[in-house]
Amino acid sequence: MTVRKNQAALTPEEKRAFTNALLELKRTGVYDRFVTTHNGFIMADTDSGDRVGHRSPSFLPWHRRFLLEFEAALQKVDPKVALPYWDWTADRTSRSSLWAADFLGGTGRARDGQVMDGPFAYAAGKFNVNVRVDGRAYLRRALGEGVAELPTKAEVEAVLAMPVYDMAPWNSSSNGFRNHLEGWRGANLHNRVHVWVGGQMATGVSPNDPVFWMHHAYVDKLWAEWQARHPKSTYLPAAGTTNVVDLNDTMRPWNDVTPADLLDHRKFYTFDAEPVPAVAASQR
Amino acid sequence: MNMITRRQALGLGSAVAAAAGLAACSSKSTPEAPAAGASGTSGVAGPSGAPVSLPTGTIDETYEGHRIQITVGPGGHHGMGMPTVKVDGNDLHIMPNADGSWVTVVNHYETFPDPVSAARAAVRELQGADLVPFTAEEAKL
Repeated sequence: MTVRKNQAALTPEEKRAFTNALLELKRTGVYDRFVTTHNGFIMADTDSGDRVGHRSPSFLPWHRRFLLEFEAALQKVDPKVALPYWDWTADRTSRSSLWAADFLGGTGRARDGQVMDGPFAYAAGKFNVNVRVDGRAYLRRALGEGVAELPTKAEVEAVLAMPVYDMAPWNSSSNGFRNHLEGWRGANLHNRVHVWVGGQMATGVSPNDPVFWMHHAYVDKLWAEWQARHPKSTYLPAAGTTNVVDLNDTMRPWNDVTPADLLDHRKFYTFDAEPVPAVAASQR
Repeated sequence: MNMITRRQALGLGSAVAAAAGLAACSSKSTPEAPAAGASGTSGVAGPSGAPVSLPTGTIDETYEGHRIQITVGPGGHHGMGMPTVKVDGNDLHIMPNADGSWVTVVNHYETFPDPVSAARAAVRELQGADLVPFTAEEAKL
């Protein structure tokens, strides 16, 4: 069974295995198919039309399935690899070991935003940005420049306390847990992290930066934590909603999986620190 | 799925409102001038929801050495009434949010009050690089 660990707890060997598997998916072209798919959805998902991957209730199950597919691809390269998660409430500066040269490399240089160290630096020759919105083929970052601060633990706690999964009109203007976690409303969690990293992470082709997977693995973990805190709350809407993926509707691009199939992450993986159910917590 | 739903029509309304804003600021489009935003009201559907005539507003400005052109009319990427935005002659994918704000493919997790602000942010982000043509491709995983 796959165990997803906090990236800060990975051994040097685990970091090497993870980055090597990423480079191998890049070499074979598998990696770029994921970037293309993500960008296709982010450009097609609209508040007033069909919306599946973003700005809609299925933001969370869609990304859960997307990460599962990517993790399966990594495990074809190296069965020992699991997606790590980045708890950006804890590792919240550009000095975190996450950004060291033995892992993801650091921020971009001032002149052009180019990442100059680590396995994904353009000069290392193994990680060209091929699926892109502009002419630049090098990985870019501007850590902390687009927005000064990553979300805090207190901001996350306030969102986790929201009891309702999602609300009409089921888009970027909704109240409820999903849209506050996604960040179109309120303190802004998920969206703000994309902006804080900068470079390709701030664009529609954000999976070009390997930190995309670790950011979304943590967003996914926050969904699991929300479920543990609100055992009587579930995915909404239940049925019959125009342009929106209901609980038992299939999701593009797979067309064979529904949000209901993806509610319990323990069917697929566990976390190094599993969320504690609300009942157990209250008995302590 | 190709029929225009009421919600899509409402979405069009916000695009039209922004377009009115475009028209309002087209005569003073310098980098220093604050964008007029979606504050324009001419052309917005009234409470009756009566059909609106689409305004024809354009922006053509030089911002930090780069040309921004914005036109509104039929045939935009997301359908009739959406602004078409070009930076140095290349299309910039732009999208309205339900609250009237905007995102582009270059800054897709950050909202801007109007298409001009979004285009100027894209110019800053591009640092002189050219946009490449976009396609909403749905690759099979």
